[in-house]
Amino acid sequence: MGLLDGIKEDMAFLGGFKVTLEQMTKTRVTWQYPIEKKPKPVRQHGRHVLNRYEDGMEKCIGCELCAGVCPADCIYVRGADNPPAEPVSPGERYGFVYEINYLRCIHCDMCVEACPTEAITESKLFEFSFTNRADAIYTKNELLVDDDGKPKQLPWEDWRPGDDAHTSAWMRATAPGGAAAYEGKVQWSGELGYGVRAPEAGQSGVRDDALTGIRSLRDVLQLHIDDAEREPGDRGVPGALKRLRRRVELQKELLKPPSRRKG
Amino acid sequence: MTHLAIGDPLFSNGVHWAQLLIVVIKVLVAFGVLLVSVMLMIWFERKVISDMQARIGPNRAGPFGILQTLADGVKLFFKEDLLPERSDRFVFKLAPYLSLVPAFVAFAIVPVGGVVTVAHHTFELQVADPPIGILLLLALSSISVYGVMLAGWSSGSKYPLLGSVRASAQMISYEAALGMTVIMVVLLAGTLSTRGIVDAQAHTFFVSWNVIRTGVVPFFLFMIAITAELNRPPFDLVEAEQELVGGFHTEYSSIRFAMFFLAEFMNTITMSAVIVTLFLGGPDGPRFHFVSWLWPILWFLGKTLVFLFVYVWLRAALPRLRYDQLMDLGWKVLIPLSLFWVLVVASALVGASWFGIVIAVLVVAGGLLLRAVRVGSLRNDGLGSEEVIA
Repeated sequence: MGLLDGIKEDMAFLGGFKVTLEQMTKTRVTWQYPIEKKPKPVRQHGRHVLNRYEDGMEKCIGCELCAGVCPADCIYVRGADNPPAEPVSPGERYGFVYEINYLRCIHCDMCVEACPTEAITESKLFEFSFTNRADAIYTKNELLVDDDGKPKQLPWEDWRPGDDAHTSAWMRATAPGGAAAYEGKVQWSGELGYGVRAPEAGQSGVRDDALTGIRSLRDVLQLHIDDAEREPGDRGVPGALKRLRRRVELQKELLKPPSRRKG
Repeated sequence: MTHLAIGDPLFSNGVHWAQLLIVVIKVLVAFGVLLVSVMLMIWFERKVISDMQARIGPNRAGPFGILQTLADGVKLFFKEDLLPERSDRFVFKLAPYLSLVPAFVAFAIVPVGGVVTVAHHTFELQVADPPIGILLLLALSSISVYGVMLAGWSSGSKYPLLGSVRASAQMISYEAALGMTVIMVVLLAGTLSTRGIVDAQAHTFFVSWNVIRTGVVPFFLFMIAITAELNRPPFDLVEAEQELVGGFHTEYSSIRFAMFFLAEFMNTITMSAVIVTLFLGGPDGPRFHFVSWLWPILWFLGKTLVFLFVYVWLRAALPRLRYDQLMDLGWKVLIPLSLFWVLVVASALVGASWFGIVIAVLVVAGGLLLRAVRVGSLRNDGLGSEEVIA
């Protein structure tokens, strides 16, 4: 190594100028968030919904297990005996007060796991911003699904197509016991507006994506692998973004006709 | 009335109302243009640096986010103005002005365009052309050191104090190299007046500019010294966020903070303009008969813009220096090198031109030899420093 190499080393910092200048010519990967939105993960933890049975009865039995398990202490439940003349839920008791304070909720989904009747699940909605504390406390009236089985849309909530379609994703993701033998078996009750939701296949790979609203892991990986086989324009991050955007468009197309089946 | 040999030809026939009016207009235009250009500079910096960092940058306020600075300024204006309890109130309030006013005034000596004649009044397109031009710049940049120093000291808080201590040491260290490079330019031009310096470079395009005539090295020395003087990255130890919160302006808020911010960017613009004036012929460049007064201004703006881009580029590409590296660079590299080069330029002026070239070759050869000896000794000291070098 001679003198020239030594000088070359001393001047190595000049490489930074090249890198920064090259960067200026590359495409940006930024999503313009409020304008373009990425598809949400199917099991995203968002705003809760209180589900109802297919006959319109409420699933909540007022057991307060959700309130007990909540680490943020944001759920307040009071149970009451069902009026014999017109029962609110099948069984003895029903949730007579149900409140969730979204200033506290951390969307950990533990209430969903604790619920014995699949009454509380989470939708994919996370874009809701209230301007006062009273709005932050969702009452039972606001959380309960309407007569179509769709969540109620409050004025300050930004619902997007598809957000309200698969509100009980976690329930269908696993067998209740977590055992592989239960794969593909329906272990849950029907829902108002949807009927009995289709099960997901775990390891077998057999499943109906349109019914469960799941994107396969293989598809996600496809974003990153097989670049060698692609056209030069479709490689790398820009190509992956292009495919992702195409996918979003496709998803929007799929969701356009209201897929509500009369239950 | 005798014609004055130096200074603005505007005053060659004495000072009357018309002359006063022209001066006032020049001051107002310079003031307004500077403010607007600071606004654009902040936007430009944020946009370019985000391009270099694979981001998009401000794009909400106005087309391409160009009004973002205005929005930030309005926000700052309406924020609460805090006076720390332990601050020295008078000095605390004074410091932002000590930063801002020199930043404005320093631009006055920069020749923006050529000499124009409007309604029988011939004047130079620069706010002021004092015979001591470039010395005034050095004096003003020294005053702005006071702004930073006093701001840090009067805050009554440790981080600003540390920032201002760093600032004063750094600025004094680099002012020596700065002054030395200015001396070379002054030697070549034979005048301190910025107009004189610009005129001395205006023979042929590029070749007669000082960047070539002084032998390129002083240009880079000046660039480095100016960057350190401006406290811009990679020499921004004064406001190193990771170490000092915000540096000397940690305790400042609202409009006072805005003034520091304004001064910082205004200094950047002014110093870019000064580099153009001293080394790149100022408004010199090919001009055409079609609106001939406009071309010098365009040349000046274009050259300045290049340097503004370079400052942003420096910020994006280089990591911040350590304090000892900063001092090493200032005292062990810049000052000796600029001293040598003053020798080269002076000998070239006094002796024959080949004499300067001989000295220059000797200096370069000596420097390379020194480097070779250093590298060689590191190789052979048997302490396993091969890895360090390799």
